[in-house]
Amino acid sequence: MKLGLVIDLDTCVGCHACATACKQWNTSGTIGPLSDQDAYGRDPNGSWLNRIRTFEVNEGGSGCSDAPLDLHAMATDTASKTVHMPMSCMQCENADCVTVCPTGASYKREEDGIVLIDQDKCMGCNLCAWACPYGARELDESQGVMKKCTLCVDRIYDEALPEAERQPACVLSCPTSSRVFGDFDDPNSKVSQLVVERAGQPLMPELGYAPTNQYLPPRAQAEVPQAAKKASATVAKLKQWANQIIAR
Amino acid sequence: MEPVLSSNTTIKTQAADLPAFEDHQKQETHFTTCYMCACRCGIKVTTEGDEIRFIQGNPNHPINKGVLCAKGNSGIMKQVSPAKLRSPMLRKPGSERGAGEFEEISWDQAIDMLSKRLGHIRATDPNKLAFFTGRDQMQALTGFWASQFGTLNWAAHGGFCSVNMAAAGLYTMGHAFWEFGDPDWENTKYFMMWGVAEDHASNPIKIGLKKIKERGAKFVAINPVRTGYQAIADEWIAVRPGTDGMLALSMIHVLLENELIDQEFLVRYTNAPQLVIDTPGEQGDGLFLRDDEGNAQVWDQHSNAFTSANRADIAPALFGEYQAPDGRKLRTAFSLLVEKYLVDDYAPEAAAKVCGVDAKSIERLALEMAHVAFQETIELDIEWTDWAGRKQDKFIGRPVSMHAMRGISAHSNGFQTCRAIHLLQVLLGTIDCPGGHLAKPPFPKHIPPGIKPAKHSAPNTPLSSPPLGFPTCPEDLAIDDDGNPLRIDKAYSWDAPIAAHGLMHMVISNAVKGDPYEIDTLMLFMANMAWNSSMNTANTMDMLTAKKEDGEYKIPFIVNVDAFHSEMVNFSDLVLPDTTYLERYDTISLLDRPISDPEAACDSIRQPILKPDRDVRAWQEVLIDLANRLDFPAFKNEQGENIYSGYKDFIINHERAPGIGFLAGWRGENGDQHLRGAPNPKQWEKYIENECFFKYELEPSQRFYRHANRDYLELAQYAGWVGSTDQIVIEVYSEPLQKFRLAGQGLYDGPMPSDPQHKERLSTLFDPLPFYYQPLEQQRIELEEYDYRAVTQRPMFMYHSWDSQNAWLRQISSQNYLYMNTAEALRRGISDLSWVWLESHNGKIRAQVKHMDGVESKTVWTWNAIAKAPGAWGLKKNANESTDAFLLNHLISELLPEDASFADITNSDPITGQAAWYDLCVKITPCASTEMGSWPNFDELACPPNQAESPETLNYTSHENVNIKRSMRDVFTKGAVAKKNKGRGQS
Repeated sequence: MKLGLVIDLDTCVGCHACATACKQWNTSGTIGPLSDQDAYGRDPNGSWLNRIRTFEVNEGGSGCSDAPLDLHAMATDTASKTVHMPMSCMQCENADCVTVCPTGASYKREEDGIVLIDQDKCMGCNLCAWACPYGARELDESQGVMKKCTLCVDRIYDEALPEAERQPACVLSCPTSSRVFGDFDDPNSKVSQLVVERAGQPLMPELGYAPTNQYLPPRAQAEVPQAAKKASATVAKLKQWANQIIAR
Repeated sequence: MEPVLSSNTTIKTQAADLPAFEDHQKQETHFTTCYMCACRCGIKVTTEGDEIRFIQGNPNHPINKGVLCAKGNSGIMKQVSPAKLRSPMLRKPGSERGAGEFEEISWDQAIDMLSKRLGHIRATDPNKLAFFTGRDQMQALTGFWASQFGTLNWAAHGGFCSVNMAAAGLYTMGHAFWEFGDPDWENTKYFMMWGVAEDHASNPIKIGLKKIKERGAKFVAINPVRTGYQAIADEWIAVRPGTDGMLALSMIHVLLENELIDQEFLVRYTNAPQLVIDTPGEQGDGLFLRDDEGNAQVWDQHSNAFTSANRADIAPALFGEYQAPDGRKLRTAFSLLVEKYLVDDYAPEAAAKVCGVDAKSIERLALEMAHVAFQETIELDIEWTDWAGRKQDKFIGRPVSMHAMRGISAHSNGFQTCRAIHLLQVLLGTIDCPGGHLAKPPFPKHIPPGIKPAKHSAPNTPLSSPPLGFPTCPEDLAIDDDGNPLRIDKAYSWDAPIAAHGLMHMVISNAVKGDPYEIDTLMLFMANMAWNSSMNTANTMDMLTAKKEDGEYKIPFIVNVDAFHSEMVNFSDLVLPDTTYLERYDTISLLDRPISDPEAACDSIRQPILKPDRDVRAWQEVLIDLANRLDFPAFKNEQGENIYSGYKDFIINHERAPGIGFLAGWRGENGDQHLRGAPNPKQWEKYIENECFFKYELEPSQRFYRHANRDYLELAQYAGWVGSTDQIVIEVYSEPLQKFRLAGQGLYDGPMPSDPQHKERLSTLFDPLPFYYQPLEQQRIELEEYDYRAVTQRPMFMYHSWDSQNAWLRQISSQNYLYMNTAEALRRGISDLSWVWLESHNGKIRAQVKHMDGVESKTVWTWNAIAKAPGAWGLKKNANESTDAFLLNHLISELLPEDASFADITNSDPITGQAAWYDLCVKITPCASTEMGSWPNFDELACPPNQAESPETLNYTSHENVNIKRSMRDVFTKGAVAKKNKGRGQS
């Protein structure tokens, strides 16, 4: 089983609901607490497992025009395009964050492919964060250990929760349902089907980490035909309008 | 164990070695309603002892259907905020207002002091109390309280928020954008969004956008700024701020030119065929021809005669000129309309110069909508009965829908602009039809709703009607015999005749000037008037502390009710601490701003999930207590005893009309009646049993054309939503506006203004047909000098929230920037992240620039309300909110720029009094390299005496974490990754 997320960039409005839902669940979750430094002071910054990056994609402008996802080509208009990009652990198959871990704290579960950190074994050396090209791991300054997305392993298997709620908190919360959780090993799963239907892509595949999470690119712009115009000689002027008999 | 995945397949797994992460025995779950903004989603709250484990969306709730936004997910940080007020406080005798020197007092002392002061005001001149509320969601209660008190001076914050949207809708079609209507997300094929960064319906909009994007419906976003929703639109139209009216009317021009309008809809459902007296310069000009019973007249093509427009058995002429029996010239409203918009001023080429959208796009958008409306029509085979009792066999849907909000409303031409957008919808026949713009019960109402604003107040006497209502003629204004305003905010005066939500932004300014009179007590609830809720913030702080020559404050007594240490607390004399939303009972009532869906009438409650850990009381309870102490007649029985023991008791037993109360569900003695019924002593319990909301689904036959749907109107009358089952005739032509225009022209048979400025505004701007005019501020300043338009948006993660101090949300953004078009900034030599001076006619601020391509080239914008005064909200004094963030408010005056020939007048829409925040024009100059940080700066606000220091670090958790241990075997075999990596050559 290969669990992960599909994230629909066509409908993500960048509302940050997934980020705070994640923070909320996981601060009391298996890798909690997720501390916050300078919570009420200057440059507040805590541990988050999911952050939303926002890019402007445009011709020669200030956006990330060399992003491996060719979002510019996907945007069919010539104007700039704003793209909101939620990023969390990609649950890579070739997870260097795991192989570099000197204490054996980082591992990838055989059962479902979730990359986890044994909080008791982690010594907070930060090597794994350097090995991660996605910026998905954050060292918790207060706790002294590394934190990362667990795919809410403490929700998805919890049979005390109603069935429909055994999903990652970000997926449950997403107001545009732009996040879907499932098993990429199963070709019939919703995530697998979405990847096929919508040409889902991993982020920066050329780096060779084989990320599990997939992003769905923006859809082609909806096209609507135009109603027929009148020939210019017959363009309506008031005196030409005739009353129709229309019963109230 | 089996995980449940977002798929139809279930995968077996062996995860039996996982520990039990949660001790569910120690947890409780309760339902309630979120209050992190105005969306009012249903939430399920899991607690562990006194701590919150998790707040999630309630999947069964009609508003959010299980999802929750960034704010709702941050409720824990609201609950643990160090800025929570802890006890009632009184400004220390001898200390200065603004110094923040308070002493804790008991609730007994506080209530005793307040009720004595209010009792004296009520017994002498009730208008000396000005009671204004901010982001409150209980206006049905506060408004009722104010009318029992007998003061005219009550309103909520709608006057600086969205009254243009509410009023334009209610004076056109009986419902509106805002909270009174929704696009038909299920059926629409073309959705146009005007001026929306975020809105009250934040989760419903997001849920809806997902549906239309999946369906391939087209989404067009009209907005100078491409953030949030605009980012996922199929097409972004970068309109210049304040010119949307021109864009809408130009699209109407295209539709008319090509005869692409729904004539059947206009004849059946609107006043377009009604006959207008066309005698310019004479009394009665522009009013409808009426018979002796007052019925507007049409020309019936069957009988070739004038007849009542209300008859069903006629074929009214939509066009034409006629002569009334008394010889006066008549034209149909629609003939006037066509003539007005077919002129070249509204042709796309001319409109493009004003609104900045190219002519071809204007034409194309209009023709696309016409295609969808008329070529992709939906027909739902549902039998229904029309207003005249005729059976109809289907609902015809023209699946074009729209939503509009603050980008339209916050301009001084917002009322007419919003009417122009509604007119576009009406011409396409997309009102309350499948795929169009749907009303939400209890809307639509008759046009306008039948409540008139109160204008008489007397000692110890309740008002005879609510303080706010809907004038239809100059006689309805709240002015005295000399034409002077009766309200402190000058709502319903010649300054703003249709100020249906009041003008909260004028209260402090007017009270300090004693214009129209002085007040004694200003009572504010959840309104941060000393900071981001005021225009002209620095001057407002001065006004709040201004004294008369005798040393008394010009506003003698200020009461502030809030749960947090906002900037306003320090400018108050008496501070009453409120509970948080998780600590109280509350109602979200159909009498107020309901949470209904288009297909269901809904209301909801809050229940206390947590016990307050400090000496606070819910403001609802305090209001009931005060009502009892002040002997409000509606709160006493014949023996003079209190009827209601408290808020819960009041909500159960108070009936606005027989059988109609604050909560519509589970009424009747046995709780088996809905919408109407006797009080049910177990009503709260029934709500709690039903996850804290009530949903009354309409029958399929009641879901569309509700303005003319007898099945619906009968239900609406039964439920008390409308006064009669008469057809609600959509007003493309607004006769009430024409009456005010006649008054301005000196042609009205009734009250008329004497001030030349009022005469000019009424006679030029109160056009019964919507039109475009340049925003008023721009008419009075040098646009070549102030050459950028400056607007604000509120980010989705803080929209309408009270939570800028929220420890999680402020990590997303603790500083706002001035966003400027990249090419324009480079042309001006303004580099990314440099500091600039922004100057308006009213003041100067310093802000940090960020480049952005997705913004109209002559528009700059920023996130609103991120800046904070140092010391407020539990933030450290060096927090980015105080050192680098900025408020645009300083640049915005509550008055229009001076005009030598006129008296000072409010910077608001001249019709509704809506604060014209977005009319602002600025000039921008780069700062010297040494000039950094935002400016102006303010002294650090003192903290309340009992407020603990805010922690440096948070480690929030509701229980000790249960770690998953990696087995030593897995460590030694290097687990899954080692296997996958075999042969990859990495160690």
